Amino acid sequence: MAKPKKPRLGKWTRRGLITAGVVTGGALVVGIAIRPGHRAPKLRDVVADPDEALLNLWVKIGPDNRITAIVPHAEMGQGVHTALAQMLADELDADWDLVDVQEAPAHEEYANHNLAKGFLFGDAEIPRALVGTVDGVVLKLTQAMDLQITGGSLSVRATGLHGMRVAGAAARGMLAKAAAAAWKVPKRELVLRNSHILHESSGRRATYAEFAAAAAEIAPSSKPKLKDPKAFSLIGTSAKRQDVPAKVDGSAAFGIDAQLPDLKIATVRSCPVFGGRVAAVDDTAALKLPGVERVVNLGDALAVVADGYWHAKRGLAALAIEWSTNGREGVDQAGVFAQFEGVLAQADIDDAGDVEVDRGDCEAALAAASRRLEAEYRVPYLAHAAMEPMNCTAWLHDGVCEIWTGTQNPLGARAAAAEAIGFEPDDVIVHNAYLGGAFGRRSVHDYVVQAVRVAKAANAPTKLIWSREEDIAQDRYRPAITSRFRGGLDDKGHPIVWTNLYVDKHEPAQAPRIPYAIDNQRIASMPSPTHVPFGVWRAVDHSQHAFFTESFIDELAVLANADPYRFRRDLLARQPRHRKVLDAAAETAGWGGELGPGRGRGIALHESFGSIVAEVVDARVDAGDVRVERVVCAIDAGYAVNPDGLRAQMESGIVYGLTAALYGEISLERGHVKQSNFHDYPMLRIDEMPEVETVIIDSGGPLGGAGEPGTPPVAPAVANAIHDAIGVRIRELPISKHDLNV
Amino acid sequence: MTEVTINGVARQLAADPDMPLLWAIREELGLTGTKFGCGIAQCGACTVHLDGAAIRSCTTPLRAAAGRAVTTIEGLATDAGLHPLQQAWIDEQVPQCGYCQSGQIMSAAALLATRPAPSDGDIDSAMRGNICRCGTYARIRRAIKRAAGEGQSDG
Repeated sequence: MAKPKKPRLGKWTRRGLITAGVVTGGALVVGIAIRPGHRAPKLRDVVADPDEALLNLWVKIGPDNRITAIVPHAEMGQGVHTALAQMLADELDADWDLVDVQEAPAHEEYANHNLAKGFLFGDAEIPRALVGTVDGVVLKLTQAMDLQITGGSLSVRATGLHGMRVAGAAARGMLAKAAAAAWKVPKRELVLRNSHILHESSGRRATYAEFAAAAAEIAPSSKPKLKDPKAFSLIGTSAKRQDVPAKVDGSAAFGIDAQLPDLKIATVRSCPVFGGRVAAVDDTAALKLPGVERVVNLGDALAVVADGYWHAKRGLAALAIEWSTNGREGVDQAGVFAQFEGVLAQADIDDAGDVEVDRGDCEAALAAASRRLEAEYRVPYLAHAAMEPMNCTAWLHDGVCEIWTGTQNPLGARAAAAEAIGFEPDDVIVHNAYLGGAFGRRSVHDYVVQAVRVAKAANAPTKLIWSREEDIAQDRYRPAITSRFRGGLDDKGHPIVWTNLYVDKHEPAQAPRIPYAIDNQRIASMPSPTHVPFGVWRAVDHSQHAFFTESFIDELAVLANADPYRFRRDLLARQPRHRKVLDAAAETAGWGGELGPGRGRGIALHESFGSIVAEVVDARVDAGDVRVERVVCAIDAGYAVNPDGLRAQMESGIVYGLTAALYGEISLERGHVKQSNFHDYPMLRIDEMPEVETVIIDSGGPLGGAGEPGTPPVAPAVANAIHDAIGVRIRELPISKHDLNV
Repeated sequence: MTEVTINGVARQLAADPDMPLLWAIREELGLTGTKFGCGIAQCGACTVHLDGAAIRSCTTPLRAAAGRAVTTIEGLATDAGLHPLQQAWIDEQVPQCGYCQSGQIMSAAALLATRPAPSDGDIDSAMRGNICRCGTYARIRRAIKRAAGEGQSDG
């Protein structure tokens, strides 16, 4: 990307720094940097240079009147490039057909890696101290663990709100000023529309491009005026996605599609028992196979470099490998759950635990309760299984290392690659492609590290492609969890106490919290590490905790002989947004209607990443088989930037959560993952797709996420529907483990 | 040498005839629209047409295509424009990540070629071999019906 020549520095504002300049060819470039602001003492400690920025983006108005937004986010199917472009184009009054989005190259100009690192290794509670700075952008971005990362359902909420709209408004203001000066007319008489400036009484008309150079000479407003939402023309509309045409004719380039002259292809196997090493390898047979050129010992993995994937795969299969597994080969899944349950039992005796919520007097309330209930829930490990297997192409030449891959965090990929081969980060160039699914998996760069090491050893441009078997066996998994509850009702059937103790807390900390007014609450966790690597999986901790909490509240409703929807509703008097979402889902689903034999209806409500989602599931249980027939989803994400995009994300999150609820299970056997491919790690298919209806509630609240919040409520809603249908309570996922022939 | 007609053009391929057609298409011919997903015919990302029928190229050896016609996603559109399914995919805004969509469209195209007005059951049978991890199934179904409907009104 061309950089602006000597960009003019604008004023720092609460929202950010606005700069402007002209690049070669006469294009106007407006840059927005968001930085900590002045009210964040803890942030000052980690920001060494006062000019360090949290988030940058650039908007370019080209001589052809095309507008390009350069954004620090990856497109992995969530439609983020389109939503961000809408936010920019609306404030800029741009012609939507002339707006492009480009992903920013991995460079500190687009994000601040060091700042993110300060939080990465810091206290998870630090961000709370920063609420109020930059409207919480810092908090949200650092919760996503890094910057220039795409995750945490943050792109629209942070970059869109604080970057794209401000950039659009600033550029618009400068263009208007430039035109007013040139035409010697008051700025207020100008109309900006469809990337044109009009002065009606004099009949003058010009493109934005005609004033690009002049606008660059004008100081950007330090506080550009944003549109009133009533004046939005693009935000809030279902603009068509920009990436779709390339995704229907085979031309969209994913990481795996990288092509270079004389490219070698490699594939890899890591020690199947996590943490193990290569003890010995005999590669004689492999090296005799056609096309096999080299075997690279990476210490914990072996890679075969060949002239094509098929030859590399055959070479890998021909290696005789002896692994050193350090005793972990004895771990199986039953042992993992036994470990968790032993830890919880001991914590119960010791009254131990990392306490997140401690309200009222739970012991006294339990003693006083008329009816009590205890329940223990389990979820298994889960793999991400993105459709595009992990891959990365690397080429070391002329003192630099270029990589082509799909990553949720290009800066993280760059740092990981640099460290792996002893390069300076500045000497690593990341070309980020479309991501063939990610769901959190592509925020970890083990595949990038392997690729650069193999390419270095091969001394040739090399594309490393994992098999699906490697993808399932070497993921970073959603953790297996055991979670225990105690609850109690008073003599009127009203819940008065809720205690929850579980193992293995990650992020976000609020995942196990409930919106319900229960006076006595204690929520605590215990560490119980295993050798299985942890990964962020769509919605992170929310996906398992929503299953636990929304199942247990349902169990309490049943205990109270109450309607599960009314029971929840009565506990939401002080949570009007939650109650409205719950009502919308229940009403749309026709809650209370007759369903017929073998059918049941379940409801669940969960807030995550700033969005509140309720889902009502209609399920049929027939000869032990569960069929989810319909899901009604209501979401309050504050405001829907692109309603059809939001609906698509709800459908997507629901399918992802349904696959996990019905089938998803990664289990350990002799220290390694038992499952290997889609035949034993099955996915929901088209003939099992329920009817999905999404109700969008524009509450005007803060913008919430879209990519993740649809997932958490679906598993408990299905489990609750099964209970409604046949009276069986599912306390362990996946549902396919249970014999439902009753 | 294995002679295969790829998207209407006769090509001589020097690759081992046992090589899966998928890798011959991607690595020998450089047509990367056809995707690798599982390698065991479980996900459908590699779907292409062999003499008009949808097949999984990851488990079909190159030799099985000798003397026959292979169509990939790159060969689906004609000079007259996009295949009706490709347009319907855009109209219904089907793709998310997009990685599985070449295979989805190729499976759907083979379906419409034999059943121009497919029932829901036909769609289930033809499409259940294609996994979409982003969960675009409802839109895929709508797009197939849209394309089928337009095909009928044209004809």
